Amino acid sequence: MTQVAVQLKPVDERIARQNPFQKLLGRPEVGALVGAIVLFIFFASVSQTFIQPASFATVLYGSSTIGIMAVGVSLLMIGGEFDLSTGVAVISSALTASMFSWYFSMNVWVGVVLALLVSLGIGFINGWILMKTKLPSFIVTLATFLMLTGLNLGLTRMIGGGVSSPSISNMDGYKSAQAVFSSSVTIGGVAVNNTVFIWIALVALASWVLLRTKVGNWIFAVGGDANAARAVGVPVKATKIGLFMAVGFCGWVLGMHNLFAFDAVQSGEGVGNEFLYIIAAVIGGCLLTGGYGSAVGGAIGAFIFGMANKGIVYAQWNPDWFKFFLGLMLLLATIVNLIVKRRAELK
Amino acid sequence: MNSEAIDQQTLLKNEKDPLTHTPVHLLSLEGVGKHYGNIVALRDVTMAVDNGRVTCVLGDNGAGKSTLIKIIAGLHQHDEGTLNIMGEERKFNSPRDALDAGIATVYQDLAVVPLMPIWRNFFLGSELTSGFGPFKSMDVQKMKDITKKELAEMGIDLRDVEQPIGQLSGGERQCVAIARAVYFGAKVLILDEPTAALGVKQSGVVLRYILQARDRGLGVIFITHNPHHAFPVGDRFLLLKRGKSIGYYDKKDISLDELTAQMAGGAELAELAHELEQLGGHSDVIKEVQAEVADVAYSAETPGNSSPRHV
Repeated sequence: MTQVAVQLKPVDERIARQNPFQKLLGRPEVGALVGAIVLFIFFASVSQTFIQPASFATVLYGSSTIGIMAVGVSLLMIGGEFDLSTGVAVISSALTASMFSWYFSMNVWVGVVLALLVSLGIGFINGWILMKTKLPSFIVTLATFLMLTGLNLGLTRMIGGGVSSPSISNMDGYKSAQAVFSSSVTIGGVAVNNTVFIWIALVALASWVLLRTKVGNWIFAVGGDANAARAVGVPVKATKIGLFMAVGFCGWVLGMHNLFAFDAVQSGEGVGNEFLYIIAAVIGGCLLTGGYGSAVGGAIGAFIFGMANKGIVYAQWNPDWFKFFLGLMLLLATIVNLIVKRRAELK
Repeated sequence: MNSEAIDQQTLLKNEKDPLTHTPVHLLSLEGVGKHYGNIVALRDVTMAVDNGRVTCVLGDNGAGKSTLIKIIAGLHQHDEGTLNIMGEERKFNSPRDALDAGIATVYQDLAVVPLMPIWRNFFLGSELTSGFGPFKSMDVQKMKDITKKELAEMGIDLRDVEQPIGQLSGGERQCVAIARAVYFGAKVLILDEPTAALGVKQSGVVLRYILQARDRGLGVIFITHNPHHAFPVGDRFLLLKRGKSIGYYDKKDISLDELTAQMAGGAELAELAHELEQLGGHSDVIKEVQAEVADVAYSAETPGNSSPRHV
């Protein structure tokens, strides 16, 4: 910030030199970062296993399965909308790929591509209905959530005759698809799941889009003030529909992982997961009202989730307590965010 | 303003009645009307905007000022009459259309996103990019530098272009919005009540920017309900009342008092004085209003050289 002023004018006496620490406090994800560090130290002190590389890889894997979706959901929240259908949409995508390939006995990759189209389609329909009706996204995506839940169960039973999709492990293309979506790379003797790298890549991509492209500028603008954005010529509808489709894309990635991590999908899964993604985004500093937040924040939120989820196991506590901790963390993180943001704005 | 006077005079000489549309105007409206269902919001409005001239649109609340600018800015479409840009009939389907035709609007609520940094707001919707295809990214440093430079040229010395625009004062935000429109090559600048929420000093600052925009050759449409703000900067005045034009004047044909009288309506002021008296209001205030009533009555009796071109 001060750099610009320095280049144009030697010193602007009205800017008290902000030290880098204060500058950091102005970032949306700083509250989550503090929370993540505190939580890490806490679990590291109560459990020896927690800090071992293998356990850490497991924590990262758990975080990535939330984090991949949190990328899309964070962008959507910055763009001022919600998506409650994400949890079941992930399963819909996985079911589409497996059922289609199985029913027509085709190469698995055909199903994978079709699933991508379906996922993007769900996102498009969500966004399109929202823009046409101007209803709150809460209502529209709640309806999509219910319909997808029903479709997942109904179609799976109709086509496959059971509550889970039939196994596709011996079909063409299964091995190569599994190598892409659910395999692991050994780094220093520790197996790290592919999803961790996909997650990091998606966060990097989303951060670049958000901070360095004009589409990113539009995302902040449509979330901050959609009318103002429209008045200066920002394509508000296209931006919002695009965001829902980005969420769809993330859902496809995670859905494919779910499918190839095993070889079948339970049709009733996914319900409730949408809240985990939203929680990760909120813990990461995305404002519920839109216009403020970051992709990195969502990633840190997902990491906090992963640490708490696995940390409780490593600390040998009863996992029943996990949800309680999650709720407490959500509350604390949002309060910290609020305080940090106010302090940063005052300075 | 003296240096500008000759230029203004030649422009005035060339100007003909917009109804006969012999000379081509930068932007002109002819008999434009708009209704929402069975409610007539605007009817039969005729006006013109030229390069380096300020056309003021005056009217009380609900007079149709907002509807008028929404039509010109492309947020609404007119139902009657024609809207001409450089003599060519146009109908805008979106604000983008109007922007592409060189019409930039600075709205009352400013059309800025409060949480976004100043430089992001400045370039919103017209971002500078570098690179090819999917790797196109914003030229952040250049955008920041240009924002700083453009605002400095308008006489706005900002501390830091990275701060959220919501932290600026109302006047500063207006100026950023005006500077943005000027930078992006607007030919017509619409200002929707830019001084409505500002104090005396801040209003003066904004009025100065209006003149600066005019001197840069822009056609300015200045919407206000304050004749004291309109008169010093305006070249032409369109008065609206209840969705209808009640007068369209050149500056040489009207004085500030007449303008005020036309706008307020003498009878309404007299009624206000009477009401205040009954309420036992402060005597000074009543005297002031009564004096104004007398003024209005005087200018109504002696129309002088005020000659509305079409009412």
